Amino acid sequence: MLNSLASAAWRYRYFILASIQGDFRSRVARSRLGFLWIILVPLAQVAIYAFILSALMTQRLPGIDNRFAYSLYLLAGFSGWFLFLEVINRCVTIFLDNAEALKKIAFPRIVLPIIVVGSSVINNLVFFGLVVLAYVLLGHDPLPAIAWYPLLTLITAAGAAGLGLSLGVLNVFMRDVGQIVGIALQFGFWMTPIVYMVDILPESVRPILMLNPMYWVLDSYHRTFLYGLPPQPLALLGLSVLAVGLLALALMLFRRASAEMVDVL
Amino acid sequence: MTAPVLTVSGVGKAFRRYKREMHRILSLCGISMAPSEERWVLRDINFAVEPGQAVGIVGRNGAGKSTLLKLITGTMRQTTGTIAVNGRISAILELGMGFNMEFTGRQNAFQAAGMMGFNQSEIEGVIAEIEDFAELGDYFEQPIRVYSSGMQVRLAFAVATAFRPEVLIVDEALSVGDAYFQYKCFDRIRSFRKQGTTLILVSHDKAALQSICDRAILLEAGKVAKDGSPEEVLDYYNALIAAKEGEEIETIAHPSGRVQTISGDRRARIESVALYDSNGTAVETVAVGKPVELRVTARAHADLEKLVLGFALKDRLGQTMFGTNTFFADQSIDDVTEGETFSFGFRFDANLGPGNYSVSLALSGGESHLVDNYEWRDLAMIFTVVNLGEPFDGKTYIPTTVDVVRGADKAIST
Repeated sequence: MLNSLASAAWRYRYFILASIQGDFRSRVARSRLGFLWIILVPLAQVAIYAFILSALMTQRLPGIDNRFAYSLYLLAGFSGWFLFLEVINRCVTIFLDNAEALKKIAFPRIVLPIIVVGSSVINNLVFFGLVVLAYVLLGHDPLPAIAWYPLLTLITAAGAAGLGLSLGVLNVFMRDVGQIVGIALQFGFWMTPIVYMVDILPESVRPILMLNPMYWVLDSYHRTFLYGLPPQPLALLGLSVLAVGLLALALMLFRRASAEMVDVL
Repeated sequence: MTAPVLTVSGVGKAFRRYKREMHRILSLCGISMAPSEERWVLRDINFAVEPGQAVGIVGRNGAGKSTLLKLITGTMRQTTGTIAVNGRISAILELGMGFNMEFTGRQNAFQAAGMMGFNQSEIEGVIAEIEDFAELGDYFEQPIRVYSSGMQVRLAFAVATAFRPEVLIVDEALSVGDAYFQYKCFDRIRSFRKQGTTLILVSHDKAALQSICDRAILLEAGKVAKDGSPEEVLDYYNALIAAKEGEEIETIAHPSGRVQTISGDRRARIESVALYDSNGTAVETVAVGKPVELRVTARAHADLEKLVLGFALKDRLGQTMFGTNTFFADQSIDDVTEGETFSFGFRFDANLGPGNYSVSLALSGGESHLVDNYEWRDLAMIFTVVNLGEPFDGKTYIPTTVDVVRGADKAIST
């Protein structure tokens, strides 16, 4: 089964590449600033948090000797969170967005998530390029971040794709799922240490936060980007297993639902 | 006999509705939940199509035509049965190919052909031909959202037929384009068929079906109601649209090997029909252009408010050459009593090309048989037209005077 999926994806490799390109193009198709928006939108968000919250987060990060420690922290966290967010959001609506094509052309559907994940990763790569640039400008060593970025991206994207596609299948039949995901992601953002440090929270709350897998994803980004340390091995293992499990769940749901999916699109 | 390119066996399609969508999701997770409603739009469909055959699918709205095409194309999955296809399918379903409105015609052509499984260099090899065939001019470089529906169909057809498929599926798309584009499409379809492509066409355009298809399948309420020559199937379909509940549609094997269809509520019936020449002799063969008379007798089997007789002359393929009725001639009969009999005569010149023609007769209560259809009789009689004069081409005879003068500056005297 995995074999046939892989061979279908391989046969469509040119199409996948062309579509990722086209995806990029369509995002910039009808706007003046085009490509700039891909960078400006996430940067604006980071800048807002940097301005507003830097007053609250005056304490220096332990072990980091840099005036811009909080900005460095934000950039590391958002590198992971933006990837997670984009993959989830696009996977949840993937079948609805492509309804017309699904109804009219018979093609291996596996290419759709590959295109979505591929183009999300490219967008994230652009953002990461800016992070590296900022680190250099702010006087922080970007090499550990560069070294660990590929592995962290792989695990984050795989987990997000597994979760997003499972929800995407359900969203075809119950459109409420898409709305619920939007709200859940808002909660998720504040339940994950992205704009705040864990140590500002009371000790009693921290174990609850640790139940959130995204806590460990963000922890890995912080450890590598900021401190130059490897991620915690147990966290890495757990996240990998979770990602594979979510992908398997998505595949199972998709296979069972695909016969009825086009009927309700 | 060659191996079929498409085999549809025992195919059924049900759309399932659940009381709550939650139940469907539970059933996806392996917890079996019975759907609250199963609506079968297709049941037990069986047929096989040979390479190069052109099959027209006809039927009323909601008969399941489009669903069947989606199942064959593979965008929808059948609930029961199997569909085996030997080769590549190219399909134009619901007038489009899922184009992205923001992309230009060129980008969409690449996108759609890519989805059909062609790689970049293969598409580059035919993109000029696609552009040429679609005849969009500058619009080819503009986003699809500014296209008219006809332009979208032109692009869809050009992309779908850029590479010759083993099976070409066209759902209604051709009725959107103008006459010139239809002609171009049919031309391409014909040349594909010569190379062995099978065509499956859904259309409400009878003339198109009859001129291009060599077989037709009638779907009625999700089942195959008739499968045969386009003439036979369309005659039956025509009877079916007019038939009301409880009416019987007879199909009789005609001595010529064709199938005669008789329908209607039989409140009036044809008793006899014959063609006479100018000497008053009954004939089955007439010479081009000679005056003839079609004589019909009929009997009323009920009291009728109004009785109209219509006739149509059809060619070998079932295309109507000419037809009229007593209503148009302002001679409909009012206040008919049960048991009354009538004689009708239609005198005309046999201005037809040589060949076999059939006569269809209809007794009705108005100008159309859709209101009160007493009896509709296809293949009521068959006659042959022979040419005894100078040769000509075509299916109608238009008496022509020819003048030829040497020299372009000389006026032709009239």
